[in-house]
Amino acid sequence: MHGLPPYDLFLKQVSGFLGTYYLLLAVMNAVAAFLLWRGERQRELCRVPIVDFPVTPALVWLLVSGFFLLISPLAYSGDEQWMALISLPGSVRSGINWMMNPTAYTLGSLALVAAAFLARRFLVKPWVAWSMLNLSMLLMGMSMTDQNFANIVTKPDNVPIVGLIFLLGFFTWLATYQAVQNDDRAKQGLEPLEKLDSEKVLVWPDLVYTELICMVALTAVLLLWAIALQAPLEEPASAVKTPNPSKAPWYFLGLQEMLVYYDPWMAGVVLPSVIVAGLMAIPYIDFNKQGNGYYTIDQRKFAYIMFQFGFLVLWITLIVMGTFLRGPNWNFFGPFEYWDAHKVEALNNVDLSEYFWVTALQSSRPRAPEGSGELMKFGWALLREIPGIVLVIGYFAMVPPLLVVSSKFFQGLFIRMGFIRYMVLTNLLLMMMLLPIKMLARWTVNLKYFVALPEYLLNF
Amino acid sequence: MPTLGEIIRESQIWKSIFRHPAPVDRRNRIVVMLTNFFLHLHPVSIKKQGIALSFTWCMGGVTFFLFLVETVTGVLLMFYYRPTLEWAYNDILALRDVTSLGILREIHRWGAHAMVITVWLHMYRVFLTGSYKPPREFNWVVGVILLLLTLLMSFTGYLLPWDQLAIWAITVGSNMARATPFLGYEGPGNQLLTIDGIDMITNASDARFGLLGARFVGEETLNRFYVLHCVAIPLGVALLLAIHFWRVRKDGGISGPL
Ligand code: HEM
Repeated sequence: MHGLPPYDLFLKQVSGFLGTYYLLLAVMNAVAAFLLWRGERQRELCRVPIVDFPVTPALVWLLVSGFFLLISPLAYSGDEQWMALISLPGSVRSGINWMMNPTAYTLGSLALVAAAFLARRFLVKPWVAWSMLNLSMLLMGMSMTDQNFANIVTKPDNVPIVGLIFLLGFFTWLATYQAVQNDDRAKQGLEPLEKLDSEKVLVWPDLVYTELICMVALTAVLLLWAIALQAPLEEPASAVKTPNPSKAPWYFLGLQEMLVYYDPWMAGVVLPSVIVAGLMAIPYIDFNKQGNGYYTIDQRKFAYIMFQFGFLVLWITLIVMGTFLRGPNWNFFGPFEYWDAHKVEALNNVDLSEYFWVTALQSSRPRAPEGSGELMKFGWALLREIPGIVLVIGYFAMVPPLLVVSSKFFQGLFIRMGFIRYMVLTNLLLMMMLLPIKMLARWTVNLKYFVALPEYLLNF
Repeated sequence: MPTLGEIIRESQIWKSIFRHPAPVDRRNRIVVMLTNFFLHLHPVSIKKQGIALSFTWCMGGVTFFLFLVETVTGVLLMFYYRPTLEWAYNDILALRDVTSLGILREIHRWGAHAMVITVWLHMYRVFLTGSYKPPREFNWVVGVILLLLTLLMSFTGYLLPWDQLAIWAITVGSNMARATPFLGYEGPGNQLLTIDGIDMITNASDARFGLLGARFVGEETLNRFYVLHCVAIPLGVALLLAIHFWRVRKDGGISGPL
């Protein structure tokens, strides 16, 4: 099949890793069960009917641990039939492949983040979060027996991104956990939890020792990582052999993904500059005095949602897509799909000016008469692109005042921020929204450019 | 009978290095923070909340530690590595197959990836606790520049192994500069910069050329990125870190509810 190594050989290769992986998950749950069992409060969930035995959370996690302990030897066996039991069924995998495309992936991620935000009070409960962690780990393990999935995920330079996903999940949980508590306290008129710890302690030993332990732990992690995983080294550089796909380093893959929607001058130069400038501007446009120095969501909802949209949805998920789901020719591939360099995707995107002049007005796009001078040509080109130009200028110039007129919230912002700061804020947000807007336009009506001036290298 | 430890700590040599008795009692725990060069970065006492792992995640500290790890392993790697077309790839190959301390390269590479991740997480934490709000606005700005420099450090280092992964990642990344408005020869508006009908912006004078030192990723680029990676950017980071830490103190220490 496809020049991949034979499947049984591949299974032998991953079996050691997978067996250990499940063993570690078993240990992880056993430790959790032990800690719960040692804890003071033993909450009783229900009783086993006949023997009248109490079911506690500790018992549940012990059972989960037992489950992982049970499947670990299956994974260690490296045997095709045994391992089929702990793999995602082929039909599920091809179903996922079939469902996945840039649209479904991006909208799905957005929906996931939004749902997590709305259901945050439920999701931050430790047992819910712990279940989700277990489930995602299990899903990950069951996917690892898929050759295509394993190939991409275990590429040495991609491993950090798998780590990044789990770290972000954990820290988002940790922050939300505290924010929800603080928000509940604020409703009861109590101060944030952080305030309770405002008594002073000496830096030696309290902080210095923490730092020391952190350094030792980090050194151990780095050493283990370095021993376990060899740094990649491919063939020597060759200016004539272009690899397919050619990818930028992973932290820039969000920008490379933007190239699908915007030309390099936008995706590679203007938008990154705007991101940096926008980040720097945050302290100067967020005039909200609340939420300084403690975790909260309710007290700064607008800032919170905007940041999470930009960071989690537009930056992180695009990096994940660029790394794991973009293959040869930057085509989109499902997580279990073979990276076939010959996959063809029809590209017939249409410029806005063509929609306007040809489709809507049933005429042809204006063109400068033969032999006209530079200035004439420029004028004709502007005329041709007039719908897009009007749209873009209107977008940046008209939306901010329209928001003031139509929305109480933005009116409040305008009054409290003053003209300049308000314009900076709204234009930064509009810049950020350029990407999702172009995405939607591409997915729905195959829009290529709002303004297409290829003769001046100015496509937008 | 004095123990060996006591003898050492009472010796003139020891006392000349550490200007205070062992930090075993309250007084000396305060003195140590004030008289030790490395520790004086810290305040003497701090709110309990400011050192809670659940609050800072220790992410700034972890990032700083990774920067130190990268500096040390990087200097050691420089002993083995020559940034020329002839040697670059072979030296990395030797690090993998021959050199006994070849694992330095693994530590350096994974440390670099980890640093990019931790600097994002640090920024994430600072945002989520609203710690960029007055009086810490400027330190956030310093932080954003640090973030940018961290990425650039990682990017310039990516080229040095001089394998296929390296040059094509840098080619893809730096191709963007070609499209810089006005200053890239494929960028909008570059036609405006002509003098007497002669284009000022060509593929041998545009922004990308400035970045690569050539029209494509070649030996000049390797040299340029090597210097940026090993000297210029780390120096910039070191300077900004000094400012960053100084500002953390001057802005009133780790943020907390008022
Ligand atoms: C090389 C990168 C960086 C290093 C080594 C670093 C290091 C640190 C350290 C050690 C602290 C003390 C508190 C903590 O550990 O959280 C800190 C605080 C801070 N950092 Fe960074 N930082 C870096 C990048 C950034 C970035 C990218 C930002 C924001 C965009 C930032 C903004 C801040 C702010 C505002 C504080 C004060 C936080 C508070 O008082 O709660 N730093 N930094």
